Amino acid sequence: MMPTFLLTDVLIWLLVFGVLAYARSVIKNPLARASWGLVFQSKIASASLVILLLAVIITLLDSVHLRLNSAQQSRYASPIISVLDVALGPLAYEREKSYSAPLATRALSKETMEVNGKPVRDYPRLQFGGAHLASENDKAQNLSKRAYQGALGGAVLWAFFLTALWVIRRAMAHEEQQNGIGVFKGSGAYHAVVWTLFALCVIGGVVWKWAEAYHVLGTDKVGVDVLYIALKGLRTAMLIGLLTTLLTLPVGIAMGLAAGYFRGWVDDVIQYIYTTLNSIPSVLLIAATVLMLQVALEANPEAFASSIEKADLRLFFLCAILGLTSWTGLARLMRGEVLKMREQDYILAARASGVSSAKILFSHLLPNLMHLVLIAMVMDFSGLVLAEAVLSYVGVGVDPSTFSYGTMINAARLELSREPVVWWSLAAAFVFMLLLVLSANLFADAVRDAFDPRARQLKQSLVRV
Amino acid sequence: MGNYLLRRVLYGFLVLLGVNLITFVLFFQVNSPDDMARMALGGKRVAQESVEQWKRERGYDLPLLFNSEAAGLGKVGETIFFQKSVPMFVGEFGSSDDGRNIASEIAKRAGPSLALAVPVFVLGLFLNIVLSLLLTFFRGTYLDLTGVVLCVLAMSISGLFYIIGGQYLFSKTLALVPISGYDSGVEAWRFLILPVIIGVVSGLGGGTRWYRTIFLEEINKDYVRTARAKGLSEVQVLGRHVLRNGLIPILTGSVTVIPLLFMGSLISESFFGIPGLGSYTIEAIQSQDFAIVRAMVFIGSVLYLVGLILTDIAYTIADPRVRLA
Repeated sequence: MMPTFLLTDVLIWLLVFGVLAYARSVIKNPLARASWGLVFQSKIASASLVILLLAVIITLLDSVHLRLNSAQQSRYASPIISVLDVALGPLAYEREKSYSAPLATRALSKETMEVNGKPVRDYPRLQFGGAHLASENDKAQNLSKRAYQGALGGAVLWAFFLTALWVIRRAMAHEEQQNGIGVFKGSGAYHAVVWTLFALCVIGGVVWKWAEAYHVLGTDKVGVDVLYIALKGLRTAMLIGLLTTLLTLPVGIAMGLAAGYFRGWVDDVIQYIYTTLNSIPSVLLIAATVLMLQVALEANPEAFASSIEKADLRLFFLCAILGLTSWTGLARLMRGEVLKMREQDYILAARASGVSSAKILFSHLLPNLMHLVLIAMVMDFSGLVLAEAVLSYVGVGVDPSTFSYGTMINAARLELSREPVVWWSLAAAFVFMLLLVLSANLFADAVRDAFDPRARQLKQSLVRV
Repeated sequence: MGNYLLRRVLYGFLVLLGVNLITFVLFFQVNSPDDMARMALGGKRVAQESVEQWKRERGYDLPLLFNSEAAGLGKVGETIFFQKSVPMFVGEFGSSDDGRNIASEIAKRAGPSLALAVPVFVLGLFLNIVLSLLLTFFRGTYLDLTGVVLCVLAMSISGLFYIIGGQYLFSKTLALVPISGYDSGVEAWRFLILPVIIGVVSGLGGGTRWYRTIFLEEINKDYVRTARAKGLSEVQVLGRHVLRNGLIPILTGSVTVIPLLFMGSLISESFFGIPGLGSYTIEAIQSQDFAIVRAMVFIGSVLYLVGLILTDIAYTIADPRVRLA
């Protein structure tokens, strides 16, 4: 097994380091620390963050890829697998023939089999789901036993987390006394984190134990475990949400700053560019660009060593294309703020004392606008995750071989009109997307409430007179 | 104001030129017409003659930007860029891959698109305003909190789920309305009612929450305090004063999207089999019909620019303090 780096892997890890660097700067800066302290005082935001962190961990596990040699490859469908595939074990390579219901032991459709020399039409037993059971009547008992074991394991894990949290809190308590800014202080946010962790640990434990011997969420048309697909889809969703913003930020910030600060023809040109880009309905612009990309990829098939690398490049380009249409919002916002801010005394003073434009832009204006960037970043995330589903449905999203919620939903259209109805793919996509997007939305709201002065004012108007 | 509008219109043309340049670069520069021909005809092993013929049939056999073989104005005129973008300004979109005239197809499909998009827009606007005003009335209470949480929940569900779920529940299980299709004339309502409801419901979360913010921003202003001081009830304050002032940003913001209603709703039209422009676009994307995609990009930009100008006008009408110059 050789570690190998896909383009998106590198970018996502860069992003992780970027976030860590930002966290360091927050710790040093009392103002930013106070604002983040407000975020962590919110129960909902803290609970959401726990779920988002879990999604991040799964994404990161799925973003370290290994190249297998031919001897190891036999089990897996592709020569490149991720650490997540290794961690999930049989889930990643066990294949049934076709659809099977959640926790089922038999396939969904009948097959002709030979029993005692005679052909019989019946539902065949699955190759993996419940295969260890001697008799299918034991299934309920086996499931409850596994659920019990899983919940117990989850509770132990939770206890471990609890200890870690307690240690962190102890360490922070000292800090809090010194500067009066506390995370988790007196708002019940700590309890929200603890109980979210508890729920995740127990549910995770049960699902883990079940998944060792069953398809917890059933299988799809080609017999791949739906839980596995949903977990892999998480990386696609997170990448689209995160990488797009990573690619958007530099452009949006630079354009917005330049337009607002230099005004004149620079402003005209930048405004023209974003009016033009905005005027094209975004789905069409994205569709047109992706179509063209497809033609280019078709025309140069020899450039890719494997289909997974091609799919990865397509994912990257999809992020870039989504970024192409979404930087305009940030740029416009920045421009408006800079226009106001450049007239303020401290900027005038800086200019009068001969500070260069670049220095004014990046060390005087930008730090005062970072809250806008942060808000834009967290607010965009959920919209992008939702956009991926629609784009994949239209056929201009990720590569069809990439696991994503969009492709799951797309397949679900046909599955719903089957008899009996195959509902589990759609349900899995629904639950995973809802959890991810909902926690992202709730977290983003808390960030905005903490960083945006306008949102803080709004809070006051909630008081009835 | 006339002067201002004239400038805006001219600017609009400039933007359209930019749009054309972008689509041109995307469709002809990034990939040569040869690549597109191969893609359309399928695979690598296509004879050069059939590629040439495909290009000739669609007028892609000219030079891209500059024709050195032609004489005089033809040097610029007899190029793909000129031939493919200039006629668009007068509504000539050429023909699609299956040989039909795009312009007449668009004219035919605008009706069903509007029949779906206009009710969704009007009903949605009305319901959003009513609900957000209700939340504003109960601001700070548990009802408000529950409402906002429900809004966020509703926003977090992909529109695809509303459509798939609604279609499954109302058409397949309850069999109240047909699953998909369209009918001419008044009979179309049976096909439209479900997509309209779903369209309204899926927009409810985001819209209500946003409008609530707008109303809440008004609520602390001086004129509201005056209204309360002179003894108006909360209902009167909200219904008369706050609503009217809150409507300014809401309506002017909505004007922007009115022209875009012509484009129809991409996803819902294709799910419900409504022969509008949205499904037309999706089909074009899925069958990789570049001529249709280019035409729709152009029309979309025109409508957006019209929307921008309408917004400016709406501002002057709604708020006399705003003057265009």
